[in-house]
Amino acid sequence: MSNPSQAPTVDLKLYRRPMPFGWWLENGAYFRFIARELTCIFVGLFTVLTLELVQAVGRGPAPYAAFMARLEGSAYIAFSLLAFAAVLYHAVTWFNLVPTTVVVRLGGERVPDGLIAAAHFAAWAVASLVVAFIVLRG
Amino acid sequence: MAETIKLTVARYRPEEQSEPTFQSYDVPYNKDWVLLDALNHVKNEIDGSLTFRWSCRMGVCGSCGMMVNGVPKLTCAVPLTDYRPSEPVRIEPLQFFPVIRDLVVDITSFLGKLSSVKPWIIRDDVEATEVAEYRQSPAELDDYKQFSMCINCMLCYSACPVVGLESEFAGPAAIALAQRYNLDSRDAGAEERQDVLNEHEGMWGCTFVGECTKVCPKNVDPAGAIQLYKMATAQDWMKSMLLPWGAK
Amino acid sequence: MAEFSCDLLIVGGGGAGLRASIAAAEARPDLDVAVVSKVYPMRSHTVAAEGGAAAVIKPEDTTDAHAYDTVSGADWLCDQDVVEAFVEEAPREMVQLEHWGCPWSREPDGTVAVRPFGGMKVKRTWFAADKTGFHMLHTLFQTSLKYKSVKRYDEWFVTKLLVDDGRCLGVVAIEIATGRIHSIVAKAVILCTGGCGKIFPFTTNANIKNGDGMALAYRAGAPLKDMEFVQYHPTGLPQTGILITEAARAEGGWLVNKDGYRYLQDYDLGTPEPKPVLRSMELGPRDRLSQAFVKELERGRTLEGPYGAYVNLDIRQIGEQVIDKRLPFVRELCLKYANIDPVHELIPVRPVVHYMMGGVHTDINGATPIAGLYAAGEVACVSLNGANRLGSNSLTECLVFGARAGRVAAEYAARAEPAGGAVSAQVRDEERRLRDLLESNGTERIAGLRAEMQAAMEESAGIYRTGAGLKQGTETMGRLRQHARNLKLDDRSATFNTELVSALELEYMLELAEVILRSALERTESRGAHQRSDFPERNDERYLSHSLAYREADGAARIAYLPVTITRWPPGARVYGR
Repeated sequence: MSNPSQAPTVDLKLYRRPMPFGWWLENGAYFRFIARELTCIFVGLFTVLTLELVQAVGRGPAPYAAFMARLEGSAYIAFSLLAFAAVLYHAVTWFNLVPTTVVVRLGGERVPDGLIAAAHFAAWAVASLVVAFIVLRG
Repeated sequence: MAETIKLTVARYRPEEQSEPTFQSYDVPYNKDWVLLDALNHVKNEIDGSLTFRWSCRMGVCGSCGMMVNGVPKLTCAVPLTDYRPSEPVRIEPLQFFPVIRDLVVDITSFLGKLSSVKPWIIRDDVEATEVAEYRQSPAELDDYKQFSMCINCMLCYSACPVVGLESEFAGPAAIALAQRYNLDSRDAGAEERQDVLNEHEGMWGCTFVGECTKVCPKNVDPAGAIQLYKMATAQDWMKSMLLPWGAK
Repeated sequence: MAEFSCDLLIVGGGGAGLRASIAAAEARPDLDVAVVSKVYPMRSHTVAAEGGAAAVIKPEDTTDAHAYDTVSGADWLCDQDVVEAFVEEAPREMVQLEHWGCPWSREPDGTVAVRPFGGMKVKRTWFAADKTGFHMLHTLFQTSLKYKSVKRYDEWFVTKLLVDDGRCLGVVAIEIATGRIHSIVAKAVILCTGGCGKIFPFTTNANIKNGDGMALAYRAGAPLKDMEFVQYHPTGLPQTGILITEAARAEGGWLVNKDGYRYLQDYDLGTPEPKPVLRSMELGPRDRLSQAFVKELERGRTLEGPYGAYVNLDIRQIGEQVIDKRLPFVRELCLKYANIDPVHELIPVRPVVHYMMGGVHTDINGATPIAGLYAAGEVACVSLNGANRLGSNSLTECLVFGARAGRVAAEYAARAEPAGGAVSAQVRDEERRLRDLLESNGTERIAGLRAEMQAAMEESAGIYRTGAGLKQGTETMGRLRQHARNLKLDDRSATFNTELVSALELEYMLELAEVILRSALERTESRGAHQRSDFPERNDERYLSHSLAYREADGAARIAYLPVTITRWPPGARVYGR
C-alpha cells in the first residue's frame, strides 16, 4: 500500500495487545454479533431438513410417512425449537440491519430507518400469515 | 474540598515497560469540563509526562480518540458528567492499534489504506481551462455528503473486531471514503477503486458487525457505506453474468 | 541524527501548505517536494474554519467590489496590488478546489451557492454547510495523496531554520515519535504553520496554534509585519472560546444585549432590519463588532456569566430547517459544548481571539527577505488583510497565496544550487540546545507560565489598548521569558515527548507576545483591530504604513515602517450600514 510519509527512523518499541481468544465475550455488541453469525448454522441445518422433506415427498407416501415419524422424536422436536429460536433471532437482527443497506429516497428525502425496518417486519408477518393460512386450512 | 473523580489511565513507557500499566489521578469533577479537559488538568498540574494527542477541542480535528470504559470516544466531545464521580473512569489508547506511548497509537497503517483507495476525483475528460464549476444538484450532493463527513478519528477502527483480527483489512473509514468519491456525480473512478476494494481485505472483509456506525461521532455510517458498496458490486456482478453482452 | 533532503520543503500541512505542495508538484514534477508537519495534515487548524471562503463567481458580482470590501475592511492598511491579485485569482482557485471534489453547498440549478458575510457588499462566500474549512482541508489532503513526488514527514516538529549567508537551506526538526533530531536540507522552504492565537486565553484557535513559523522566521532574521493587529471574532462561546461562525449572522442571526436590544445600531453600524442587510449591523466587520461589545460592557448592558461578560446571539428566527441545512455544526457545537439548543434558545457569546493579521513579511509571491524562504497563509503577512481581515477571505488566501508560493518557490528551488555543508555546525548547536532543554531541571511549570502569558496579553493587548498597559505587558513578558529559562519538565522520555514540544512552543509564543506588544506600543493611532484608547484617531499621515519587527542580537524587537501600496482606492472613511 502506498504511504508517502516517512517511516520512523528507528524501530519503535510498539505495544501490540494480542487479540484475546474470547474477544467476543468482552463486549455485548460483539457477543450479539457472534450469536447472529452462529445462528446461521441453525438456518443452514433447518434448510437441509426441509430439503430432506422435499426429497421424501418426491419418493412417495411411505418414505414421507417414515420421515414424518422420525420428526416426532424428542431430539428432532428439541432441535426444531432451537432452530426456530435461532432463525427468529437471525431474522430479527437482520431486519434491524436492513435500513443500513437499503437507502430509499422519496421526494428527495431519505425514508427513515425505522420505517424501512418496519416495512420488512410487516412483510415478514404477512408472509407468515399466508403460510399459516395455507398450512392450517388443510 | 470540591468533588473529584478518579481517572484510571493506561501508561506505556516503552523505554521502561514491556506492556502497559494503569495509573490513577484524582481530578476535580468540574461540570463544565469534557473528558479531555480532565486529562489536560493532569498534564498541566499533576503529571507532565502523561502523553496524548489533542488539538481543536471542538470535535473536528479527530486527534483525541481514546477508549473510555472500553468504548471508543472522542474525549473532547464527552462531558465529564457522563460519568459518576463515585466510579473511576478507565482511559486507554484506541484498541486494535499498536501503542507508541501512553494514549498515543500508531495510525500509519490507516494512511496507507486511505491512499490505496484513491480518495480523489478521477475523471476521463481533460481539465477545462475556463473558470466554471462542475454542476451538481443538491440531491446529487446529498448522495455522498454523509460519507464526506469523516474526520479520520479512527474510532471506527477501534470498534471493529475485523480490524483487530486482520490487520490488512482496509477498514470502515477508508472504504466509506472510497464510497464517498464513487457516489460523487463528478467522479468516474469507481472501477479503479474496485481493484483494491473488491478483495478480501477490501469490502468483503467486513462481516457487518455494525459497531463502526454506532461509535462514529460524525454520523458517517461507514457500515452503511460498505453494505451499499457490496450491494452495488453484487448487482454489477449479477448483471454481468446475466447480460454478458453489455450490462451497462 | 540523520540528514534528509529534498528540493522544496513545506513546513505545515494545513490549507496553505497542502495547496503549496500541490502547486509545486504540478509546476515542477521533477522536484522532490516534502511537507513536514507537527500533526497529521488532516489535524491542521484549517479543519476548524466554518463559515466559508470568498471568491467572485456570480454574474452580479465584480472583482472590484470584492477588492473594495477588502480594502475598506482592512482600514486601508493592505497592499492594494496584493488585493487586486487576490480577487482576480480567487475564483480560479475556488473552482479548482471544486474540481478536486470539495462538497460545496449548491443552488437548485447545480451551481455553487454563496452566502453573505461580514463586511462584504455582495454575496460571494462559498460554503460547505458550516464546515467549510474541514471540507477544504480534507479535499486538499486527499487530493495531495495522488502526487507521488510529494513526501510527508508527519509529526515532526521544526525547531530551527537553517540559514547561511542570507539564504535558507532547510530546517532542524524533532521526529516526535522517536525523539530523534534531524536536519532536512532543502533548496527552498515555505512556512505554512498558521497563526498564534494560543498566546491569548480566550481563542477559537486549536492547541497547535503557537506561531511556530512566525518565531522560526523571526529568529532567522526575517521581519514580522503588522503584528499588532489581532482579530477578535465577535462570537465565541464564553468558556471554551469555540467559534460560532459569522454565517450564523449571515443567515439571519441577531446580536442582542441583556435587554434583548440589537445594540449594534448604537455604534454606527446601521439600522436593524428583520432580514440580514449586507455590510450592515450584524454583517459589519469583525473589529467594529468586537469593539461594540466592549462599549456595551462599559455601559453595563451585557450579561454576566461564570466565564465573564457576554451578550446573546439569537438565531431562533432562522428556523430549525435552515439551521439544520446550513448551520448544523453551530447546533452541534451549542448542544455539545454549551448545553443549548439554538433552535429554541439564545447562544451566549463574547469576542475571542481568532486570527493574526500580521505575520512573516512577504512580497506578493510569498517570498520573505531571506532568499529561499517563503511563507503563505496565516503565518505570513502578504498584506492582504491590513488592519482587519474580512471573514471568509482567509481560506481563499490560503489557496491563492499557497499556490503562488508553491509555484514561485518551486521555480527558485529548480534553479538554486544545492546547499552544501555550510549548516552542520548549526545543526550540532541546535541538537545540543534541545538536549539541554530536555534535561532542564528548574522549577517553573509550562502550564503556569503559559497561563500568566495569556492573562497578561488579554489584559494589555486586548480589544482596546493603552500605552501604559502595553508597557506593563512587555515588562511581564520580559519576566516570563526569564522564568522560561528555568523550566521543570516531568517527561524525560525520547518517545513522543509532548511536554518537550510544549516547552518549545511556549518559547515561540513568549517571543511573539513581546513582538505584538512592542508593535502595538509603537503604533500611536487607532486603526482596524488596533485600538489605542490614548490615541483614538486613525493617523494616515504617520501610520499608513506597515510595522516591521526585527529581532536584535539581544533578543529585543526593533520596529521599522514600510509604506502601504495604494493603487486605486485612496484612504477614506469606513462606512457600514449607511
